[in-house]
Amino acid sequence: MSAVLETRALAKSFGGLLATRDVTFSLEKGARQALIGPNGAGKTTFVNLLTGVLPPSSGQVFLAGEDITSLRPEARVRRGLVRTFQINQLFADLTPIETLALAVGERLGQGKEWWRRLGAAEPMAREVDEVAARFGLGDVLDMRTDTLPYGKQRLLEIAVAFACAPQVLLLDEPAAGVPEAERRDILDAIAALPADVSVLLIEHDMDLVFSFAKRISVLVDGGLLVEGEPSAIAADPRVRAVYLGESGHG
Amino acid sequence: MKAADSLARRARWRWPEIVFWLLALAAIAAPAGKHLILNEIAILALFALSLDLILGYAGIISLGHAAFFGFGAYAAGLICKYATADPVLGLLLAMLLSAMLGLLTSLLVLRGSDLTRLMVTLGMALVLHEIANALPQWTGGADGLQGMAVGPLLGRFDFDLFGRTAYGYSIVTLFVLFVLARRIVKSPFGVSLMAIRRNSLRASALGVPVNRRLIAVYALGAAYAGAAGALLAQTTAYVSLDVLEFNRSADVLLTLIIGGTGWLYGGIVGAFVFKVLQDLLSSGAPQFWLFWLGLFLVVLALVGRDRLHGLVRRAMP
Repeated sequence: MSAVLETRALAKSFGGLLATRDVTFSLEKGARQALIGPNGAGKTTFVNLLTGVLPPSSGQVFLAGEDITSLRPEARVRRGLVRTFQINQLFADLTPIETLALAVGERLGQGKEWWRRLGAAEPMAREVDEVAARFGLGDVLDMRTDTLPYGKQRLLEIAVAFACAPQVLLLDEPAAGVPEAERRDILDAIAALPADVSVLLIEHDMDLVFSFAKRISVLVDGGLLVEGEPSAIAADPRVRAVYLGESGHG
Repeated sequence: MKAADSLARRARWRWPEIVFWLLALAAIAAPAGKHLILNEIAILALFALSLDLILGYAGIISLGHAAFFGFGAYAAGLICKYATADPVLGLLLAMLLSAMLGLLTSLLVLRGSDLTRLMVTLGMALVLHEIANALPQWTGGADGLQGMAVGPLLGRFDFDLFGRTAYGYSIVTLFVLFVLARRIVKSPFGVSLMAIRRNSLRASALGVPVNRRLIAVYALGAAYAGAAGALLAQTTAYVSLDVLEFNRSADVLLTLIIGGTGWLYGGIVGAFVFKVLQDLLSSGAPQFWLFWLGLFLVVLALVGRDRLHGLVRRAMP
């Protein structure tokens, strides 16, 4: 197996604060991996470095063997590095169909087409249907996004990322804040992601992490503490001390 | 193909829209008397539409949009005097020049917060105003640009004193540019603008090249504003410095807010309300018209602009 996403000695400092220190990390093709760490461990900064929202202070990011460190966020998305957001960052007054059509259209390079109607290109409309069906959004396509039940909004969040045809999908707390009744749908949707999409789950919820991940990376104080299989991570005394122990108290 | 149907429905013309445009175009043939004010309304509506493209759709706030209006007006005036008297050709050239100015200045509004953009756009309009003031040999300075001999429209229709040709020219221009704008905002490009306005970080996380889209729409908005300015210059055969004044930027912002942003008819509704109010209120006591306008705005805000707009928008989305 080869690494689809890699970082080499990636570091980011804000003034004197080292938010990410010397992270060398890799995600195998088809991976189901989780990134965990206590609050303030630098998970958000790390994701921002991967997606290109923040420039690193030093180090490099590779996608499918290609150095993407200097690429802008949208260029990384077009190469298949896509993320979802922990707090809903959807377009409140657009409908799911508009949002999905935007994502699919941008991927197919139609985003600059001002002369024809959105959806006039048939393959695009068909793909919107497929994505909507996969994530159970077919019956809410024409509603305003901010009027959808929260669980549907979270599904749309993942669906939109999926519509960008990711090689690597970064899922940032996909089920956070979702009522128990709707939670199942989200877990099912994540479990049903195609095997060729490599997934990195950034998560607080240990149940979700241990049910989903085949491999876990633990980030503490901006650096990788340990990586390994779930059973090894659960048994690791250092992890228990800094992370599981802490959440046990909290 | 649920998505295809739904997306097609989204762009369909509704009958209230068709009725509206038929009435607006039919008014060309109406008895003489109101064409001058109708012409003013059509020009203000086009100007407000241009602001809606950049503010309502792309979220770029501007307090200096008169820069492009005034630039288009002077461009049309100078083209008429020194290049061609044909109004349509002059209009197209003025739009092209305004778009180029928009393209250049878009680099200044890409970065920064709303407050930065307010100041940058305001500053640009002030700079252009002073340039126009400082070049009287070209612009006529404070006396205004005179001596425009605008040729007949399409070589057939002379501009008359009652403004019938003027209104016909302006309303057809508005209609054509409106249809184009409608096409654009319903296109993939248009949806990407709407996404950028809501959340530009999220838009870029979907692969939208945010800056390039903003540059394109800013140039488009500039071309539309330039067209409005050119119409004013050609239909009045005169350009004065007030085309670049701050008041004009503020008025067009008010107009658009009255009518509703992010909705193509907002500029038209706003222009109608603004001009009719101005006409009615200032016929009694001209110096007090701003008092009444202010009162109207306060009441409008309190009554709930969104509720009023909601009613209309359902009919003409």
